Amino acid sequence: MVSLKGELDHHTAKQVREHIDKKLEDPTIKNIIMDIKGLNFMDSSGIGVLIGRYKIISNRGGMLGVININSHIDRIFQMSGIYKLIKVYDQLDQALKDMGGY
Amino acid sequence: MEKINEMHIKFLSKSSNESFARVIIAAFASQMDPTLEEITDIKTAVSEAVTNAIIHGYEDRIGYVEMSAYIYPGKLVIEVSDKGKGIEDIQKACQPLYTSKPELERSGMGFTVMETFMDKVEVVSGINQGTTVKMIKYIKNSKDKRS
Repeated sequence: MVSLKGELDHHTAKQVREHIDKKLEDPTIKNIIMDIKGLNFMDSSGIGVLIGRYKIISNRGGMLGVININSHIDRIFQMSGIYKLIKVYDQLDQALKDMGGY
Repeated sequence: MEKINEMHIKFLSKSSNESFARVIIAAFASQMDPTLEEITDIKTAVSEAVTNAIIHGYEDRIGYVEMSAYIYPGKLVIEVSDKGKGIEDIQKACQPLYTSKPELERSGMGFTVMETFMDKVEVVSGINQGTTVKMIKYIKNSKDKRS
């Protein structure tokens, strides 16, 4: 579970990527849920970050889920076609249930 | 059409200036009384144009990125320019998902985002001369503040 806050652009993408990839060094982590409630800006650099993490996790047979999407991010997600790769949930418990959690 | 206001800024091609450019354009455009959605559209398009100038225009070197904005009645014109390496094939660069830098995890969506969020996008580029992206956004309920 990753919570993103603030702004995700090319400048901050590197930090986010490194932070998540460090956690993913643990091979027992199979799925990622990203809570983007606190994310008040995202551009196409964010799509790059999500696709990159999706590739890592899908190679392990895992899934990438995103919760708390706002309308701005929804529009960017739609134009990028990323909805074919990621799963979107309204609530954390739905995500956990669907992803074989508890 | 009568020009109501204009501004020009110049900053180094550092990625920390991406958020700076977004804040500047949002502050300048706010005098047109745009909706929150219009402001977010403008900020996102500017973010893409400035990021392109930094990553693709200048690659690893530091140069100047210039941003100009012009307010006309109901219309905002923004130009983002660099003096970097230029784009060889503009049509290809504007294709969704095309990126010259997949190793950087670029999504190739920059121009698509600009074209979706703005009403008009024009690109002028010359090899080793630089690139200028001109974008137009119509602000639906803008108020003319001429003072």
